[in-house]
Amino acid sequence: MADTAVAHHTTTGLSNNKLGMWLFLGSECLLFGGLISTYMLYRGRTNTGPQPDQIYDIPFTSVSSFVLLMSSLTMVLAVSAANRKDDRNTNLWLTVTAILGATFVGGQVYEFTAFYREGLGFTTSLFGSSFYTLTGFHGVHVTVGIIMLMALVGMVRRNRIPGSKAETVELVGLYWHFVDIIWIVIFTLVYLIPS
Amino acid sequence: MSTATEQPTGHDDHAHEESHGASDKQYVIIALILAALTAIEVSTYYIDFGPLFMPTLFVLMIVKFVIVVSYFMHLKFDNKLFSYLFYTGLILAVAVYSGALATFKFFLQKG
Repeated sequence: MADTAVAHHTTTGLSNNKLGMWLFLGSECLLFGGLISTYMLYRGRTNTGPQPDQIYDIPFTSVSSFVLLMSSLTMVLAVSAANRKDDRNTNLWLTVTAILGATFVGGQVYEFTAFYREGLGFTTSLFGSSFYTLTGFHGVHVTVGIIMLMALVGMVRRNRIPGSKAETVELVGLYWHFVDIIWIVIFTLVYLIPS
Repeated sequence: MSTATEQPTGHDDHAHEESHGASDKQYVIIALILAALTAIEVSTYYIDFGPLFMPTLFVLMIVKFVIVVSYFMHLKFDNKLFSYLFYTGLILAVAVYSGALATFKFFLQKG
């Protein structure tokens, strides 16, 4: 069975995969920190085109935020099921998480389309450029997460995960939760605090 | 323990559950708390919080962040080395970009 991996030792006694993932997430803080700081600097720079408070749809974005937040719950339930070696529920919760993530990305595409129609293109203003870059990068991260989730569903179903199945699900879960916590920051700093 | 790389056994699985310290029911309760905090955040858009507006949003943002990292990402129950790795990156990011924003007199403009 794929879950019964051969034991191996590491110098720290910890999983190198998990260490690598946490190191990666720590470095991602610097990436998103840069993008968020750039947005904070440029959000008031709107010589042309609409300003943030003219186009943001807070009720809509609130629902999107809620959907992403609940996807963190379904993800942690998938990890919990994987720890119990319950493949059926692992796949169920992974699939629900992917669907919730896709709903969030769909909402972001709708939002971008609406903003564009209201006159905010990528090059309209510094605000537009920094907004689309920040939220676009986040959206790409969510999309990559969805691809990872769906790949994981297929691998669990075919029992083709090398090493510990529970740890693999947990690693993808860490990435997914990170995407969620970044959105927690973006939702507050970008949407709720006016320029 | 979740961080160990040895062959999992039934006993190890039990230890794994214990090390994460939360059941599915507790995860649902945590999610409900997060949802309630989000509702309070959104309410600042409709209700005038006056001078408490910014502090409320910042406190809620930090509390939600810490809850997800501690419980959903299990950092509270995992080896401290993982916490050091993540929070080092986070603190470095906050320090570097606060410095960068200060260079552009961002905080003076907002003040």
